Amino acid sequence: MSLMQNIKEGRSRPSFLSPVLARVFGQATPGAGSPAILLLLITPGLVIVAAFFLIPMALVAMRVADGPDGWATYFVILTNGRYFASLVQTLVMSAGVTFCALVLCGICGLFLVRNRFAGRNMITALLTLPLSFPGTVVGFMVIMLAGRQGAIGSMTNALFDEKLVFAYNISGLFIGYLYFSIPRVILAVMASAQKLDPQLEEAARSLGAPTWRVVKDVILPGLMPGLISSGAICFATAMGAFGTAFTLATDIDVLPMVIYTEFTRNANVAVAASLSIALGAMTWAFLASVRYFAGNSGDVAARGGA
Amino acid sequence: MIMGRDWKFYAQLGLTIVLCLFIMIPVVMSALAGVTVNVFKGLSSGLTLRWIFEVWDLYAASIVRSLGISIACLLVTLVAGVPLAYVLVRRPGRLTRLFEELLTLPVAIPGLALALALLITYGGFGQYRMSWLFILTGHVLFTLPFMVRSVAAVMAAMDMKTLEEGAASLGAGFWRRFFGVIVPNAKPGILAGALMVVTLSIGEFNLTWMLHTPLTKTLPVGLADAYASMRLEIGSAYTLIFFVLIVPLLIAMQAFADTAKRPPKRDDTAEDTI
Repeated sequence: MSLMQNIKEGRSRPSFLSPVLARVFGQATPGAGSPAILLLLITPGLVIVAAFFLIPMALVAMRVADGPDGWATYFVILTNGRYFASLVQTLVMSAGVTFCALVLCGICGLFLVRNRFAGRNMITALLTLPLSFPGTVVGFMVIMLAGRQGAIGSMTNALFDEKLVFAYNISGLFIGYLYFSIPRVILAVMASAQKLDPQLEEAARSLGAPTWRVVKDVILPGLMPGLISSGAICFATAMGAFGTAFTLATDIDVLPMVIYTEFTRNANVAVAASLSIALGAMTWAFLASVRYFAGNSGDVAARGGA
Repeated sequence: MIMGRDWKFYAQLGLTIVLCLFIMIPVVMSALAGVTVNVFKGLSSGLTLRWIFEVWDLYAASIVRSLGISIACLLVTLVAGVPLAYVLVRRPGRLTRLFEELLTLPVAIPGLALALALLITYGGFGQYRMSWLFILTGHVLFTLPFMVRSVAAVMAAMDMKTLEEGAASLGAGFWRRFFGVIVPNAKPGILAGALMVVTLSIGEFNLTWMLHTPLTKTLPVGLADAYASMRLEIGSAYTLIFFVLIVPLLIAMQAFADTAKRPPKRDDTAEDTI
C-alpha cells in the first residue's frame, strides 16, 4: 500500500520495504527519487535482462549436459580436435586482424589529426562510413573487392592476364574483418591523438631524439589508451562475427560458423550450446580483463554493430 | 605543424588514400552494379532502375518490417533505458555496477550465442516465436546497453543533484522533476542513443538470422538471401537501398558526436565512437 502511494506521489515516505531498498540503492539524497521510485524506474530493464538474458543463459548452460558425453560436453572445445582447431584459427585470425587494423589506423589516424589539407574531412568521413554495416554487407563488399567479378580480379586480369580471387576463404574473411575494424579504430586513434601534447614531442626532438624514439617513447604511449580499447573491441568483434563468414562461404571453419552448422545442420544443440558458452565466456573474459588492467578502456559499448 | 611536407607526409597520405579506396571502391562498385543493366558487360550496357524496383517487389515487406522493428526497439529502449541510466548515475554502488555489467553482457557475448539461448528458452512458445516480437526481443537486448551508456554519459556530465534539489525546493514532485528537468537536460544523450539504437537495429544480422522465420524476415536477412540466391545486380540494388537508409543515420550520428564533443567534457571512450 504505502509503497504504491510513494510511487504515485513521488515522495520519500518510509514504507515496509524502505530498509531493504535503502540497502540496495544507498541512502536517499535530497532531490533524488525515493527507493521505491528508483525500484520502479529500474524494473523494466531488470525484467528484460532477467527474462531474456539470465534465464535463457542458465537454460543453455543446463542443456549442455544433455550432450553425448554428459557434463564433459562443456569441455568439448578443448577435447575435440576439430573444434579446438577452429578455436585456434579464430583466435589467430582475430589477433592478426587486430594487429593490422591497429598499425594501419594508427598511422592514418595520427596523420589525419596532425595535418590539414584539402579533402581531409572528406577522407575522415569516408573512412568511418562502414561503422554500422552489418556483417552480411561487409561480406558483400569483400565479394565486390576480391570476388569473381571483383575490382582486384579485374585489375589483375587486365595487368597480368590472371584473375586474382580470394574472397571466398579465410583471406576474404580477414579482409572483411579489417574492413569492419578500420572505422572504429580510426575514430579511437584520432580521439587519443587529439589529446597528445605536441610540446612533449618538440621537447624530445630538441633533446636530439631521432624520429623512431619519438614515436616509441612519446607518441605510442600517448595513443596507447585508444589503441588498447579499440584493439580489444576489434578482437572481440572478430571472435564473434558471423554475418561476413556466412555471406562469403559456409565452409570457413571459424568458431561462430561451426556453432551455426552444429545447431542448424547437425541439430547438435548441446555441442552448439557448449561452444557458444565457451566463445561468450572467452570474449567477455577478454574484454573484462582488458578493462581491469587498462582502466575503463575495454568498453564494449564502443563496439557498434557487429 | 610538426611534420613538413617531405616524403614522410606523402607516404602517409598515400597509405591513407589506399585505406580510403579500400573502403570506398566496393561501396561505389556495388552502388553502380545496382543500377547497371548487366554487370558482366559493365556500365556500357546502360543504366536502369529495374533492379531497384525488382528488389522492392521481392523484399518490400522485409524492409518495412525492419523499419517497424527498429522503431519499436527504440520505444522499448527509451522506456527501459532512460530511467535505468538515471538510477545507475544517481545511485552508483556495487549493486548498480554489477547490474550495469550484466546489462552490457549481451553486447560482449556473440549474437549467435544469445540467439541460441533465446531459441532454447522460448522456441516452444509458438505464437511468440513466430512473430516479429521474437526478433524485437533480441534487438532490445543488444541495443539497450547502447541507449543506457549514451544517456548515462550525458547525465553524469550534468549537475543532476543541484538541478534536482533546485526543482524540489520549488515544490516539484519526483515525476515532475524527472520529466521536466532530468529528461530535457539529458536530451543530447537520448538523441545520440536513439540514433545508435535505430541504426543498430536496422543492420542487426547475427541474432536476427537465427531468430527469424520465413514470415519474419528483416532487411539484413533479405540481404543475405539476395546475396545467396539472386543475381549480382539484385544483391547490389538491395545493398544500395540499405545504404540510402543507413548513411543518413550514420552522418547524423557523426555530426552529433562532433557537436557533442566541442565543449570540453568528461573523458569517455564510449562517446568517442558514437
